[in-house]
Amino acid sequence: MAFDLREQLDGRRVGFFTDTSICIGCKACEVACKEWNAVPDDGMEFTGMSYDNTAGLGADTWRHVAFVEQRRPLGHQEPGVGDMDFRWLMASDVCKHCTHAACLDVCPTGSLFRTEFGTVVVQEDVCNGCGYCVPACPFGVIGKRESSGTAAKCTMCYDRLGAGQEPACAKTCPTDSIQFGDLDELRERAERRLAQLHEAGTTSARLYGHDTGDGVGGTGAFFLLLDEPEVYGLPPDPVVTTRDLPAMWRHVGVAALGLLAGVAALTWKGRRR
Amino acid sequence: MDLAWPLLRQLTGADRTARGPAAKSARTETLKARTATADRVVKSVCPYCAVGCGQNVYVRDEKVIQIEGDPDSPISLGRLCPKGAASLQLTTGPGRMHKALYRPPGGADWQEIDLATAMDMIADRIIATRRATWEQEKDGRRTSRTMGIASLGGATLDNEENYLIKKLLTALGVVQIENQARVCHSSTVVGLGTSFGRGGATTFMQDLQHADCIVIQGSNFAECHPVGFQWVMEAKARGAVVIHVDPRFTRTSALADLHVPIRAGSDVAFLGAIINHVLENELYFHEYVLNYTNAATILREDFRDAEDLDGLFSGFAEESRTYDTDSWQYEGMSTVAASGDRDEDFDRREGRTPPGRPEVQGSAGMPLDGVPERDETLRHPRCVLQVLRRHFARYTPEMVERVCGVPRHLFEQVCRHLTENSGPDKTSEFVYAVGWTQHSDGSQFIRTASILQLLLGNIGRPGGGIQALRGHASIQGSSDIPTLFNLLPGYIPMPHAHENERLRDFLLADAPHKGFWANMPAYLISLLKAWWGDSAQPDNDFRFGWLPRLTGSHSTYDTVLAQLEGTCKGYILLGENPAVGSANAKMQRLGMANLDWLVVRDFSLIESATWWKDGPEIETGELKTEDIRTEVFFLPAASHTEKNGSFTNTNRLLQWHHQAVEPQGDARSDLWFMYHLGRIIREKLAGSTDPMDAPVLDLTWDYPTEGETEEPSAEAVLAEINGWDERGRPLPGYHALKDDGSTACGCWIYCGVYADGVNQAARRKPASEQNWISAEWAWAWPANRRILYNRASAKPDGTPWSERKRLVWWDAEAQRWTGYDVPDFEADKSPGYRPPPGAQGVEALSGIDPFIMQADGKGWLFAPNGVVDGPLPTHYEPQDSPVANPLYGRQRSPVRKVYPHEHNRYQPSGDEPGSSVYPYVVTTYRLTEHFTAGGMSRFTPYLSELQPEMFCEVSPALAAERGLVHGDWATIITARNAIEARVLVTDRIPSLRLNGRVLHQIGLPFHFGPNGLVTGDAANELSSISLDPNSHIQEVKALSADIRPGRRPRGPALPELVRSYQRRAGIDARTGTEV
Repeated sequence: MAFDLREQLDGRRVGFFTDTSICIGCKACEVACKEWNAVPDDGMEFTGMSYDNTAGLGADTWRHVAFVEQRRPLGHQEPGVGDMDFRWLMASDVCKHCTHAACLDVCPTGSLFRTEFGTVVVQEDVCNGCGYCVPACPFGVIGKRESSGTAAKCTMCYDRLGAGQEPACAKTCPTDSIQFGDLDELRERAERRLAQLHEAGTTSARLYGHDTGDGVGGTGAFFLLLDEPEVYGLPPDPVVTTRDLPAMWRHVGVAALGLLAGVAALTWKGRRR
Repeated sequence: MDLAWPLLRQLTGADRTARGPAAKSARTETLKARTATADRVVKSVCPYCAVGCGQNVYVRDEKVIQIEGDPDSPISLGRLCPKGAASLQLTTGPGRMHKALYRPPGGADWQEIDLATAMDMIADRIIATRRATWEQEKDGRRTSRTMGIASLGGATLDNEENYLIKKLLTALGVVQIENQARVCHSSTVVGLGTSFGRGGATTFMQDLQHADCIVIQGSNFAECHPVGFQWVMEAKARGAVVIHVDPRFTRTSALADLHVPIRAGSDVAFLGAIINHVLENELYFHEYVLNYTNAATILREDFRDAEDLDGLFSGFAEESRTYDTDSWQYEGMSTVAASGDRDEDFDRREGRTPPGRPEVQGSAGMPLDGVPERDETLRHPRCVLQVLRRHFARYTPEMVERVCGVPRHLFEQVCRHLTENSGPDKTSEFVYAVGWTQHSDGSQFIRTASILQLLLGNIGRPGGGIQALRGHASIQGSSDIPTLFNLLPGYIPMPHAHENERLRDFLLADAPHKGFWANMPAYLISLLKAWWGDSAQPDNDFRFGWLPRLTGSHSTYDTVLAQLEGTCKGYILLGENPAVGSANAKMQRLGMANLDWLVVRDFSLIESATWWKDGPEIETGELKTEDIRTEVFFLPAASHTEKNGSFTNTNRLLQWHHQAVEPQGDARSDLWFMYHLGRIIREKLAGSTDPMDAPVLDLTWDYPTEGETEEPSAEAVLAEINGWDERGRPLPGYHALKDDGSTACGCWIYCGVYADGVNQAARRKPASEQNWISAEWAWAWPANRRILYNRASAKPDGTPWSERKRLVWWDAEAQRWTGYDVPDFEADKSPGYRPPPGAQGVEALSGIDPFIMQADGKGWLFAPNGVVDGPLPTHYEPQDSPVANPLYGRQRSPVRKVYPHEHNRYQPSGDEPGSSVYPYVVTTYRLTEHFTAGGMSRFTPYLSELQPEMFCEVSPALAAERGLVHGDWATIITARNAIEARVLVTDRIPSLRLNGRVLHQIGLPFHFGPNGLVTGDAANELSSISLDPNSHIQEVKALSADIRPGRRPRGPALPELVRSYQRRAGIDARTGTEV
């Protein structure tokens, strides 16, 4: 069921490049997102997961900063922590705005739609709260908000984009870890940054969501990570959950045709009789 | 055609799968960004830390609908940290109070009160307390003051508000005027002021990008000043080496090239060893050091160093615990002039330490007379460089291992990076914050870095300098226009009580005769004219006699003691929460419980407003609500979006924030509060012939008001701060000030901020339209200079040290200093100028004296004056430390200030018996997600959810040793109190190996308290009142404690636990108070 996004968008697809190698874990993105989108607080729970008390993306958290403490080296850093290698990774996660977005595929009401910017947005006034999109997302991004009964997730600040303004998280990010812009341009920038990091000895650096050949056709929000995606709570090989839908429909079609043919044959036979 | 039905659109349009435009709802079609539909955008400044990020405030229908970063700001480039990003919720959210409240004596709960009634009652209380406690004389010396009233707060307020607080309260005879600047950075003023001449950061945020090496020590830059940290990242991207020296591996360390774990409180030993390395290997910047520092100056023969006296300097008087600084002077120079001596005499007679005289250093050099002898070869055994060499000789890499727990290879890396990146072509910058300031010898931490940066030639140059990161929006401003007991605006010292002292005597004694401070008469007389107008005349000493007098230290901690003793009866808190944020929080509350009346002005019901009803002592039974006689007034404060005014950021930059909307309900600005309080008091006192009322009645207090609430004009106050000439014309700068009474100026260092009648602090030429200095963005003191002492960016002959590090240079053709920045030097004084014999004032400074506020024009490697605990930094252990001082026989600073009290017990240290009862080092700190004592974050949902509980950080080794479980509770105990916290076991707080033992450290954020959306015990329950003798700053960055698993006991069992520890450790009133 894939379609040519590029053609539809006339090359205007925008996205996020989140360079986690310069993230300082300040969580300004989480707060700026909530302020702009009036997302309610997500509970005052102490998790004990390093400095991460937000735990993950959901209906009430559209940007989430993961904190990973690791006993392994970061290229060219002398961590000084005892006699061991140590590094503290931080990464701001967000809706991936997939090229092949399962949430969009399964939405029965047309609440989820692909915007003119190539992003995927929930329309709260249309959503009937069926919740199909929640398990459909291969990243576990989307959630259903208890108070409203509707699905909610990052809109890439759809309203701001319309006014020619960048999303709130990218605007506030103190170190430019979150970069917003033309997706093609961001992909080039990310490749340059990756090469730079590799050259500097940070060999664990890699891009995630960058490959348009992956299971979701590449993501509109992609990342530079310093470790395996699983370390950050990201699926290593995400696949659009509706991938097999066309095949399934084909099979259904074939089966239905077969059935029809059978019924027709039987009917025809019956008539003859 | 745009069809209404989605299905029709799907069937007739291109979007056949209806996942695109066909699915758009009517609401989606009409969606508009509220930033695009706002009625107006108001320019503002973030109210949290002192980086001073620009904010755009979007207003629609007279309501603030969005606050975000201002991309035009050269400092922040439109970015905001989580706190700045939460400004909308802070100012418009559910945490704000909008109703005035009153609690009568013994009352069980609040009552609502009419704002006007509350103001009237407060005015009555002030008048009555003032009458009852008025002290015209003390010990036969005129003091003209009341010790019955105190105020605390100002760092979160505007400069104009601080100005009115200081002006009104001083006229009322109140001397106990203090603010957070005492608690955070007062030792900065001493350390930097003594070394360079001015007590502020020597550089500005954006210049970090030019550094080749950045050492962040005593600061968690990325967490506490995230938006400023972008300039570290910029430097790193340009190839700079970033080093973080800190007990913990923090979010700053995570981005650094090198993290050096260090024992909290041992930084002088670490930096001292780098100095030793630089001197022994001749790695200092010879031409810079020879010409721009006092390295060549010869000291007196009778000077004895800590090296000779096992940790003491010559001149120590055991009984008074003070130094006589005579022997520290330059050879051939006279010592501090008459009045200084008289002050010292007075204080010795009182049995007190000198009352914070070093804070004179805020912007001043100390008085010096004569011409110092020099040895240009730097070989004379008594020249400063050689004295320095001997002093630091024992600060070896081995000592660093033993004292700091820093492995040799890490120490050597720091030395290498620093020295390789300093010199004519390269510069290194130091960045610090309260990790250095808050020690019982905090001023000396900063002195050590100052010495090192002078030796490396890094002061006054691009990418160099010392960046002091301050943590409140205008804490620099509340030092400059000081709501501090010992200063008048612009770092003019508050006068001390003397017999028959006249203005002339004061000026003779306290004004240096060389350098720019020689003009102090003009600065002070202009201030007196601003305050008392026509009433101030030459024949009445310009009303100098109306200033109340000091008789020792009246710092906020002395005030707490005075409250407990019952002499201080009324207390005004202005945006400050000492029940959580000041050392020994319990003493703070017990002091307040002994007051007659208390006024709290804040956004929310902070702990300092409600301790009488739900404070920790109510829970333990130590206080009973019905027995507490304190009357409490709570007045809701206006936010930064609801008032006009200026903040001074951490780099001396005054930025104006414009009012966006009117405050709701009873919320009012502190400008409104002080102005109307003064107005009401003056109305009530009108007609009084009592001489004590004259200073209030004659005070210039006629500011225009506007609007329904009669808000005074902040711009009118700024105009007074700037000053005017006899015809009322705004002054162009402090050079125009006169000592004949023809000019008035509220704060001489701010003179020029209203030049030409234009609010220069409101200038907002976008960063993209200027060079990197951005001189037309707001206004910096002094004279809009951004890098101080920038004459030092050129060689003695006036040419740049290198093309790469060019900043300010001598244009021989034009016969003027020129460059990117405003020269911090007389524009037409040629490099070849040498003062004629007997020259005074500015004339006495030569063309190669870049430190123009210093009497000798030099950077002070050795401080003959201005630091009361030693002319050179010396490592002493913190007041409470499990480590014995390996460097000297003296365990603690011999001149630190201790306050023995039942609730302020000290602990045995080092090898003393009982020391092992408190075996771990505790350090306290901030988190990105919270702000200081929590008043601006724990009531804000978006910030609260990010760090919802008080926790302690411990290493896996400590967790194993004490059976602490990750995520469970632990109890931390000192001789003062015990608190509980959730346990985070983490490699980020490594245990250290030092002197043959393993030392564990415990990390505690200090933001929590019992009120708000997220609560927890305050770390300051654990800290003691033990102070730096220079600045009266408290030691909260290094203490010792025990930790054990489980929650703390409730009720009376809590104080009993603390006492049981005291008994085990054998603690009595004398413990830890030894010299």
